[in-house]
Amino acid sequence: MTDTDTTETPTPSSAAPSAATPSTPSTPSTPAPRSGVRQMLPSMSGKLLAGLVLIGAIVLFAVVGPFVTQDPRSSANDAMLPPQAGHWLGTTSLGYDVLAQLAEGARGSLVVGVTAGLVAILLALLFGVVAGYLRGWTDEFLSLVTGIMLVIPGLPLMIVVASYLQVRSLWVVALILGVTAFAGPAVVLRSQARSLRVRDYVSAARVAGEKTPRIIGVEVLPNLLPLLASQFLFAIVLAILGEAGLSYLGLGPNGSITWGTMLNEAQGGGALTRGAWWWFVPPGLMIALFGTGLSLVNFAIDEIVNPKLRLAPAAAKSVREARKAGKDKLGRRATGSHDVAEKERVDA
Amino acid sequence: MTATTTEPLSSSAHDEHVARLAPVLTARHVSIEYEVDPPVRAVDDVSLTLHRGEILGLAGESGCGKTTLAYGLNRLLKPPAILRSGEVTFHDADGTDVDVVSLTGDALRAFRWDKVSMVFQGAMNSLNPVISVRKQLGDVLTTHRPQMDRKERAERSAELLRLVGVDPARLDSFAHELSGGMRQRVMIAMAMALNPQVMIMDEPTTALDVVVQRGILREIMRLRERFDFAVVFITHDLPLLLEISDRIAVMRAGQIVELDTSESIYARAQHPYTRQLLNSFPSLTGDRGSFVRTGAAAEEETS
Amino acid sequence: MKFYARRIAFYAVTLWAAISLNFFIPRMLPGDPFSILMAKLQRAGGIPAGTENSIRLLLGAAEDQTLWEQYVTYWKNVLTGNLGVSVTNFPAPVTELIGDAIPWTLGLVGTATIISFVLGIGLGAFAGWKRGTWVDSLVPSTTMLQSLPYFWVALVLIFVFAVSLQWFPIIGAYDVFHFNGPEWSWAFVGSVLYHAFLPALTIVISSVGGWLLGMRNMMVSTLSEDYVTTAEAKGLRPRRVFTTYAMRNAALPSLAGFGVSLGFVVAGSLVMEQVFTYPGVGKLMITAVRNNDYALMQGVFLVITLAVLAALFLMDLIYGFLDPRTRHHD
Repeated sequence: MTDTDTTETPTPSSAAPSAATPSTPSTPSTPAPRSGVRQMLPSMSGKLLAGLVLIGAIVLFAVVGPFVTQDPRSSANDAMLPPQAGHWLGTTSLGYDVLAQLAEGARGSLVVGVTAGLVAILLALLFGVVAGYLRGWTDEFLSLVTGIMLVIPGLPLMIVVASYLQVRSLWVVALILGVTAFAGPAVVLRSQARSLRVRDYVSAARVAGEKTPRIIGVEVLPNLLPLLASQFLFAIVLAILGEAGLSYLGLGPNGSITWGTMLNEAQGGGALTRGAWWWFVPPGLMIALFGTGLSLVNFAIDEIVNPKLRLAPAAAKSVREARKAGKDKLGRRATGSHDVAEKERVDA
Repeated sequence: MTATTTEPLSSSAHDEHVARLAPVLTARHVSIEYEVDPPVRAVDDVSLTLHRGEILGLAGESGCGKTTLAYGLNRLLKPPAILRSGEVTFHDADGTDVDVVSLTGDALRAFRWDKVSMVFQGAMNSLNPVISVRKQLGDVLTTHRPQMDRKERAERSAELLRLVGVDPARLDSFAHELSGGMRQRVMIAMAMALNPQVMIMDEPTTALDVVVQRGILREIMRLRERFDFAVVFITHDLPLLLEISDRIAVMRAGQIVELDTSESIYARAQHPYTRQLLNSFPSLTGDRGSFVRTGAAAEEETS
Repeated sequence: MKFYARRIAFYAVTLWAAISLNFFIPRMLPGDPFSILMAKLQRAGGIPAGTENSIRLLLGAAEDQTLWEQYVTYWKNVLTGNLGVSVTNFPAPVTELIGDAIPWTLGLVGTATIISFVLGIGLGAFAGWKRGTWVDSLVPSTTMLQSLPYFWVALVLIFVFAVSLQWFPIIGAYDVFHFNGPEWSWAFVGSVLYHAFLPALTIVISSVGGWLLGMRNMMVSTLSEDYVTTAEAKGLRPRRVFTTYAMRNAALPSLAGFGVSLGFVVAGSLVMEQVFTYPGVGKLMITAVRNNDYALMQGVFLVITLAVLAALFLMDLIYGFLDPRTRHHD
């Protein structure tokens, strides 16, 4: 659970000249300012790269996979085959090819996940940004609804709703997931919108007579973009986990294959007791890998929203390297041991 | 980055003045670098001597390295800053000399605040928001003077607050309940808790309005007269330093360009940069508009 | 005081909303749950008229009353503790079934969550303190941990430790072959702990990552605050700086966010109880769903909501105690 609460969107380094960032005439501590959009993109790092690779690979699998694998609904194969040539991930108790199901399931899970994420974010924009900006009674009312939805336990509510519906399509499940998940992002976006509202450039726009929808769209939203992106990715992870849970309980989309329905059938088909690990391990693993990929990208975004997360560890690291290179007077003392240097927190 | 040591401009009046004083903190050839890409030399081969009981002003514009130097003297450098070279020696009142740079572990912790304390810039955030003032004043005492019992600590804390003009009833308040001026006074009280011999003050009044600023400055002067500690007063406000300090060091781009008594600087500033600084402040008594129209004595402007 | 009054009022409104939702959902959604349930019951041999009427009321099929009258009657029932009768365990009242299940859930999930929270915050604080060192490289792995579905972890643990290695039991809260029911004996307690180990491990593994990461990030932020620099300048021992100055401030958002995480904990344990066939409220709810036992299902939903609200209020009290700023403003 990354903390993106009330951290400010990055403004140029704060007024007080602290010991950490000098603003000498040649400002080499930050690279030459990049233009608008590029400035907001995360700088490439190991974590970011790994995250993007994971996401990309799985999306590719979901898009292309079903075309190159067997028919996931054909039970013409022998049942409960362990991984072998022809069935790289074996088969289920009813003879379905696991790899084919995994690919089809990827499509199902991703569709539900992304749709639910979109629903959640759109609702969060309404309940969060609009409420945070407009304040007054609108804010009070919207915040109350958000608060209630935040506190009422999500899965039990989804179970209640899903159990009354006999027919559940992918879209309906996505809708349910999105509606029960918007409250978290809404709270975060609202507090950001509130703080942005009192920034000078927004006040200036108001005084200049710009209409509210335009102010929200042009002045406020672009500055919320990193936060929005982060919350969107987070919502997708939660939606996929949520759908997996619902499907596992038998309350997921009827007739579709998702990673969650695979797990449901795996347990029902005795995969555990019969040791058919190739059936239940892959779906869960895929969920975890996709979630990890999204979280890693989220990390990178987090480091934009809160520069301290990136700068402090990087600063500590560069000082240690300088010490090793013998550049630091403090590190070259008689004792010379690494531990001594570590013990003094402050003088780095 | 200069390869040679540039001596700061000074005067004979300064040397005479200094000859009569005893040093309390000596810094020699201190260089501090920021390990970023490319590295930035924030303090470049600075040598400075602080004398017992004097007020030394450290002036310069934002980014000249004065705060970094102060942190370096006090062993408070945070990554990515490192001390590239230099010595800092503390001359204790009991006659011993302490090599500040080589202090480690418990010795360093004992040295901190007891011999040299600091008042930070912008007390807005220097107080821990979740514990009371009493606890924050108290933990200095429990750490450095463990032999004091609770009653003595309470008395000392109350006394400290009274010294800086804050009602002792405020001991149980939290940081957010105090005004800016009050918070700064509490910080000063905290800095005085162990009767240090040197107090470094980094822009202690910059964030406050002028009336409050005057009050605090008077408080500082009073305390200094009574307890006789040396003060390093860091600020960009040169005219203020002319008023309150004995000597002034003018810093620019990591080096001290001029070091002299206040009178000398006021009357006969030598370095062009110092003169530029002096002329950058509008005068209450000059001709109306002369500051803006003549623009910081354009003829004297040098790079 | 005003702070607490507002919170209590909010929880009261939320409870009202939850109960009303319970009332309206079956009426708003397409489908006819009443007929489905009745058909099932007829096949099982039918039920007395009184029960049928209460089911009509629950599911919106009461033709002789207006919507408002039904709403009022529904509220009366809830407030008098009458949550209906379970049709799967006929004629046991819903409240009784829930009462039997709650101790198991509270015991297992409650304890495991607290362990996970403390562990997560502690490790996270440590990871934040050691920023810029090798500890940082563990962070991505924790991310992976956080993305694992609860119940999948449960499945894997069962597979590895219960089925393959046979170190731990697969299902249940205690050895049902050995004991007839709960009893006060060391043997029983031992059996309970033995059976609770894997489920508890599941909860801890799945939830510790979230708290760890959140705390680590807050810690890194907090360590660059001015008051931490001041504390170090004062020559305080590192331990005191770490606890009183850094951790106490860094932990606040995690505590505040506990409420949100509680939702995930509930969700996760619900499914996990199903996997382990653990006789808690989660499993009860799912059994109810499978059998169209709507009264039981809604009853469990209400109880879970109530429990969450109570936990949140407790958290509010603790938070208010730790952060003096909330006590003074609103």
